Amino acid sequence: MTAPSPRHLARTAALCGGLVAGMVGLAYASVPLYNAFCKATGYDGTPRQGPALAVADARSTDSMVVHFDTNVAPGLPWKFAPEVNSVEAKLGETKTVFFRVRNTGPKPTTGVATFNVQPGLMGGYFVKVACFCFNEQTLQPGETIDVPVVFYVDPALRTDPNTAHLSEMTLSYTYFASKNGQPVTTTVANSGASGTKRDF
Amino acid sequence: MATAATHAGAHEVHDHKPSFFARWFLSTNHKDIGSLYLLFAFCAGMIGAFLSFAIRMEMESPGLQYFSNPATYNVFVTGHGLIMVFFMVMPALIGGFGNWFVPLMIGAPDMAFPRMNNISFWLTVAGFCSLLCSLFVEGAPGANGAGTGWTVYPPLSTAGHPGPAVDFAIFALHLSGAGSILGAINFITTILNMRAPGMTLHKMPLFAWAELVTAFLLLLSLPVLAGAITMMLTDRNFGTTFFDPAGGGDPVLYQHLFWFFGHPEVYIMILPAFGIVSHIIATFSRKPVFGYLAMAYAMVAIGVVGFVVWAHHMYTVGLSLQTQSYFVFATMVIAVPTGVKIFSWIATMWGGSIRFTAAMHWAVGFIFLFTVGGVTGVVLANSAVDKYLHDTYYVVAHFHYVLSLGAVFVIFAGVYYWFPKMTGRIIPEWAGKLHFWLAFIGANVLFFPMHFLGLAGMPRRYADYPDAFAQWHKVSTYGGHIFGLGMFVFVIGVVLAFRSKEQAADNPWGEGATTLEWTLSSPPPFHQFETLPRIVDEPGAH
Repeated sequence: MTAPSPRHLARTAALCGGLVAGMVGLAYASVPLYNAFCKATGYDGTPRQGPALAVADARSTDSMVVHFDTNVAPGLPWKFAPEVNSVEAKLGETKTVFFRVRNTGPKPTTGVATFNVQPGLMGGYFVKVACFCFNEQTLQPGETIDVPVVFYVDPALRTDPNTAHLSEMTLSYTYFASKNGQPVTTTVANSGASGTKRDF
Repeated sequence: MATAATHAGAHEVHDHKPSFFARWFLSTNHKDIGSLYLLFAFCAGMIGAFLSFAIRMEMESPGLQYFSNPATYNVFVTGHGLIMVFFMVMPALIGGFGNWFVPLMIGAPDMAFPRMNNISFWLTVAGFCSLLCSLFVEGAPGANGAGTGWTVYPPLSTAGHPGPAVDFAIFALHLSGAGSILGAINFITTILNMRAPGMTLHKMPLFAWAELVTAFLLLLSLPVLAGAITMMLTDRNFGTTFFDPAGGGDPVLYQHLFWFFGHPEVYIMILPAFGIVSHIIATFSRKPVFGYLAMAYAMVAIGVVGFVVWAHHMYTVGLSLQTQSYFVFATMVIAVPTGVKIFSWIATMWGGSIRFTAAMHWAVGFIFLFTVGGVTGVVLANSAVDKYLHDTYYVVAHFHYVLSLGAVFVIFAGVYYWFPKMTGRIIPEWAGKLHFWLAFIGANVLFFPMHFLGLAGMPRRYADYPDAFAQWHKVSTYGGHIFGLGMFVFVIGVVLAFRSKEQAADNPWGEGATTLEWTLSSPPPFHQFETLPRIVDEPGAH
């Protein structure tokens, strides 16, 4: 090997720099990729979305108990509860369940609900046909509304060794105050002022 | 291996050094920057050690003794982790020994981009300052500093820390990360382009191989961390929702991104150590290292496989059985090249003419302790076992065996091995050996009981615990005191070395030390290899 020319050195360094830029790009590209992956596979308890099954595909003998869990994040003065705590859904049968949301605060507020199923591996077999959670909701002070979720449990879960043995699952909702681009930490700081202050 | 046939010894004639300020603050000399890195790592390590001392004092008995606020305890744990990883082990093994000995070993006059080398160092220092600042501003409500753990998981690091401490910690990682990436580019460019005539990659010393693989790991993994913490920064301050479910984000995505960096990071910390140990074992067994090529490619294999095992840190997030099976398998695969290395070190010693110098003590101690840490690593690789041991002291014991007892033992091994070369002075052998035995006994008493605590269910990152765990925590704290005592012996040894007028020989270790740095004077001239050494094959050598 002869003494290297500056051109050689610069080329190696530029290639390395390109690698670094590429990896930063990949880190950001992972965000939409990961979301698409969760939606497609139900990974991490992300429920699927799609149209109802034809009646012929439904299994009348086999069923799943679906429990409902509702939460309101700090900072949103809402009450939120399901009309029933659980339903027994035959596999493939389309079910509709209503949830009651009430604004107990003095001001109109906007919330958005996120959703998740447990166990997480059920995400791929819990299919939402329609849901209030796809949109933001604005409630006037004291206003109460009943919002529906329409879903079915895909019979295919019996063929997946991860989920074949399950007979119960939970669908969980959390209402968050709509952030409109507000930083995470300020949201918390604001809610801390209005809610209960914790002593450390 | 190969040795230098010719050795240019005539350059001491024009060995002039710049003034103090220009030499140490505007430094472009790889040896001076290496010394700066080592000094910096020592200072940062002392602060990190102080934090761990406070942790150990608090954990000595149940209840809160020294910390009135458990959040502050978590800040100490976080500070200890971040400082030891980013500002002690990495600067010492990569910036310190890497800068000092990669150019010397490959027969290069300096690094490829000396000025960039200087920038790397000062970026690391700036990052450290930012981390220190974070300790003194509010993090969690009512407490100063970031108490997020070195993993900085959201939502604890976003919603749980409204104060600016986490922002300072993120900037610390940005700055030191930028420094490390520039350093990695420098190493890759130097090693690929500036080896002495005749030194092919397959004749290159193993330490240079280790730094080359490490540099590639840094280049591929650090930008992902930078991306992840930048997303967190914008989540915290500018209303994005990458990791915030309120806007459709997912905190688990952060864990994937962090560990895609975090797992290679543990190899970044240990690979340079592998390189150093190979040289010390070969030198003091007076034999070339056993299975040179297998040793080099084992490091490459560890580096490659290290990128596809990250989710073994995340078995508890709800991965499917198939995904878990894959990560268990891939993780176990890493034990194979690691086993090749352990085997080859032992085979190097086998039948060798072994001298138990201080450096050799540390190197052999490393092999033993690293193997213990490796075995618990194989235990933890099993997802079914890990779900029980996740975030317990068993994990703490495991990674301290591979890092605190692995990487740190090799840092000291390297210091005792290369101190005569770097300074021209000699640390008394008794100091190195006494330091070793105090550290070896102290670290085992400190960390081995943590296995028992973890198996009994003691979780990490809690300032208080039930009485049932008290006995082993007390033993562990005694071990910490013994280890700390060893550090005083080390400092005494260094002071004695500088006070004594004894001048180290060019090659104080005899015929076993075959790499190029031993052909130069001790300390080496300010500029070396102005006439490039020519590498010729030695008959009979690898």
